Amino acid sequence: MAEHREFLQRDRRVHPPAFTPEYKTSVLRAPRRALLSLQNSLSEVTGPTFGHDAIGPLDNDLILNYAQDGQPIGERIIVTGRVCDEHGRGVPHTLVEFWQANAGGRYRHRNDRYLAPIDPNFGGCGRTLTDADGHYVFRTIKPGPYPWRNNLNSWRPAHIHFSVFGSGFAQRLITQMYFEGDPLIWRDPMVLGIPDRAAAERLIAPLDLDAAIPLDMLAYRFDIVLRGRQSTVFENKLQGN
Amino acid sequence: MVQPLPARLPETPSQTAGPYVHIGLIPHQAGFKIFETSFSNVLAGPDAQGERILVEGRVFDGANEPVRDVLIEVWQADAAGRYAHPADPRHASADPALCGWGRTGSDFETGLYRFETVKPGSVVGRHGRPMAPHLNLWIVARGINIGLQTRLYFADETQANAADPVLNLIEQASRRETLLARRETRDGTTVYVFDIHLQGDAETVFFDV
Repeated sequence: MAEHREFLQRDRRVHPPAFTPEYKTSVLRAPRRALLSLQNSLSEVTGPTFGHDAIGPLDNDLILNYAQDGQPIGERIIVTGRVCDEHGRGVPHTLVEFWQANAGGRYRHRNDRYLAPIDPNFGGCGRTLTDADGHYVFRTIKPGPYPWRNNLNSWRPAHIHFSVFGSGFAQRLITQMYFEGDPLIWRDPMVLGIPDRAAAERLIAPLDLDAAIPLDMLAYRFDIVLRGRQSTVFENKLQGN
Repeated sequence: MVQPLPARLPETPSQTAGPYVHIGLIPHQAGFKIFETSFSNVLAGPDAQGERILVEGRVFDGANEPVRDVLIEVWQADAAGRYAHPADPRHASADPALCGWGRTGSDFETGLYRFETVKPGSVVGRHGRPMAPHLNLWIVARGINIGLQTRLYFADETQANAADPVLNLIEQASRRETLLARRETRDGTTVYVFDIHLQGDAETVFFDV
């Protein structure tokens, strides 16, 4: 049972460090002390599981899940992908949540004061469970870039936020998906906060024409890799034998 | 030459949850209703076993200002120390009235966060050594590039905490106190206050799990 194994140590070189001063908010929100490394116990290898009862029928359809009197304005797209672990094994039945701005770069959030208008038919969030092989799919409107108060003229590239669970709480991950060909990507301090350029490139979703629906919508492909587990059985170590 | 090891795919890089994390994860706090069922900060149903508690506190930045856009998730065992997950040998008897997981955002004005739950029991740790009762916390927000993992222990569990294998890993004994929630009683309700300091003299211990 995969659930009974410890996680491989997280390779922090593929992640942005806490302190990335070009992204100004990180300056006061980055711990300065070293993280304390912890061998896994039950507290880390376990985590919440979610059933289909938590998910509504339109939860993965951002084109319809907030439609009031029509459909949202913007580029209709499908986003598909697979959640797997570091060994390439699909992560089945795990919760994937996503949220984004509308086509004009405006979020439906009481704190977003950007002058671009709200789309009355677009909420901007969704969720789904991966299937038995780790695949997920949702459809939405391609989000627009938006300005933010970092430097005077800072603009986020178009992006969709992703939250993924996996099967243990130590796999918990939040990330952002970017779109192939966006010239803002390599000007973005959040992307550039990832020290390894090859790692940052893995956040860029390619156009996937094969997954598009002719005369209806384009498609992008975004695969997600969660931490893998060790090959030895956890319980043996737990009991010290 | 040696045989190559099987390739390991690199983990997807983390990115900050950003200022609008509420939209996706707690849309009611962003100001709209969209899902039939929403996740919440109430873990314990009316029939949950164990001592009912409130957990609340604030997350402070390096300027000692409360972080008003933080999102916190909690994962815990039931009152008998059982996790509702197949890796726990006792999961089949885990309390069905307790959802071991919850999430909440801090208040946009005050920065206060709150969970309604029951106090967890002691969990079997590595080599069969008991771990003192604790909550596992995961903290994300604008300005936090990768989610921060920490634990909340209960300050009144003096004996169990003194023997806890994780607390004892913390070299500086004074830093262990950053993981202790203070017990209060308010109108007959037990409240554990747990403030988290992202940076500075009182910086909370965060783990690489």
